[in-house]
Amino acid sequence: MKKKQGISTTLTYAALIVGAVIMIFPFIWMLLTAFKTNAEVMQIPPTILPSNWNMDSFAKATDLLPFGKLYLNTILMIIIRVVSAVAFCSMAGYAFAKLNFRGKNFLFTLIIVQQMIPGQIFIIPQYQMIAKLGATNTLFALVFPGIVSAFGTFFLRQAYMGIPDEIGEAAYLDGCNRWQTFIKVMFPLTRSSVAALTVFTAVFAYTDLMWPLIVNTDINATTLSAGLSSLNGQFSTNYPVLMAGSLLAMLPMVALYLVFQKQFIEGVAMTGGK
Amino acid sequence: MKKNTKIDQDHFWGYLLVAPTIIGLLVLNVYPFLQTVYLSFTNAKVFGAHKFVGLLNYIKMFTSEEFLRATWNTILFCILTVPIGVLLALVIAVLLNAKIKGKVVFRAIFFLPMVVAPAAVAMVWKWMFNSEYGIINTVFHTSVDWITDPNVVIITVAIVAIWSALGYDAVLLLSGIQNVSRSYYEAASLDGCTRLQQFWYITLPMVSPTLFVVLIMRLMASLKVYDLLYMMVGEGNPALGKAQSLIYLFYRESFISGNRGYASAIVIWTVLLIGVVTLLQFIGQKKWVNYEV
Repeated sequence: MKKKQGISTTLTYAALIVGAVIMIFPFIWMLLTAFKTNAEVMQIPPTILPSNWNMDSFAKATDLLPFGKLYLNTILMIIIRVVSAVAFCSMAGYAFAKLNFRGKNFLFTLIIVQQMIPGQIFIIPQYQMIAKLGATNTLFALVFPGIVSAFGTFFLRQAYMGIPDEIGEAAYLDGCNRWQTFIKVMFPLTRSSVAALTVFTAVFAYTDLMWPLIVNTDINATTLSAGLSSLNGQFSTNYPVLMAGSLLAMLPMVALYLVFQKQFIEGVAMTGGK
Repeated sequence: MKKNTKIDQDHFWGYLLVAPTIIGLLVLNVYPFLQTVYLSFTNAKVFGAHKFVGLLNYIKMFTSEEFLRATWNTILFCILTVPIGVLLALVIAVLLNAKIKGKVVFRAIFFLPMVVAPAAVAMVWKWMFNSEYGIINTVFHTSVDWITDPNVVIITVAIVAIWSALGYDAVLLLSGIQNVSRSYYEAASLDGCTRLQQFWYITLPMVSPTLFVVLIMRLMASLKVYDLLYMMVGEGNPALGKAQSLIYLFYRESFISGNRGYASAIVIWTVLLIGVVTLLQFIGQKKWVNYEV
């Protein structure tokens, strides 16, 4: 019996290690390729480690793409989207969960329906609005579709539903109005859901490709994702440069992930299904 | 009197607090939705006036080989990615649920692709699948044109898509599995059930609601596949016509060729397709999803 247990544990480890290697290998290969010269990656048979670790590809990638601006655009877009999603979704989520007003059910149905419709169906008119405003190639354009979120509202309403009504009653008796009850008493209690929505919004904004590609065609005004795709178009045969660019583009989010790993994974488990 | 002011306060704050979201959604979603439906019945281009053309776009669509091919590609992509991807994710989730050391590290590694932009993911895989110098052909001593052979490229992209989503799905399934009470397993092992029997009779039914959510989500995401294809099979790739998905075709028609009316019809069809597939899932779930605790 004990021996059997040992075998199955060994098999579990073996399977997980094989899986982990498959998951991590592409990133290692990216790193190794980025330090090789273009001549070296075309050698047959290929080398595993770079014969010497040269940084030329990184210099070339930063020459070709304005990485400083791409970082800045991406970070600002993420911050603005997160702040506005958290603020507006919290407000609406609280109102839908805890306040009684006429038309509430109708408005909430509207939210649920929109949450289920794939966003691509909105893209052409959204683009036309931005173009009409003359706002292409601006930060506003990047942020635009993410200012409010049907999913976020739905998700945070769940969080407020989980808070007992007595807490709100007690605050009311203490002389708080609805706004004070919301901001001082209720909002702090939704911390873990807000963290989950933050992760969800940030990762979605960071990985989204189609919207920045459409709306900010100027390379100085776009995001890391869209910037990478233009590098892919221009330099499709110089793999060390492409790998160096990819590494530079993925580093900030991976660094955040390594620090806030628990929040990332819990956030996903909570927002899962979207 | 006091009751009344309370209700008034609810009304005042209620409308005020939902106003930004509702106004935002009207501008960003409701109006665009109606506008897309309207555009699909017009011959709208990028510039100039457009006029109503009735069902012409839809007729053009269903007689277009490119469109029918894109629809098939999208469905094929789902067939290639969803069953295998979800099954592998379930296996990983079960393995991660075992009593092992380093669970957190494994979980973090499997999840990693989720926080990397698909643009970067696509590029490194495109390099690994390179037919001349790619590590995959070298290691396996093959000479497959992974990226440019029209019959192969969709499989290549499917492999990358499965790899990308595996950790995310596994994390969701793992959280479902962890909610299963230990006492069931203890009772089962006292009755002499093997690990496999425990999985089949306890884990699988108990985790079936989470499995259903993952399945729905993965199907929706696969029906909308775009970014990996865009990065791996660009303009000029001979395999493009044979590999493009519906959303990719939509993107090319609306933002490269500028056929806004026709593209609107394509995206409406795609959303309808997603709706029908999701509905079928919800009907089918009654047969296998177990909501009793």
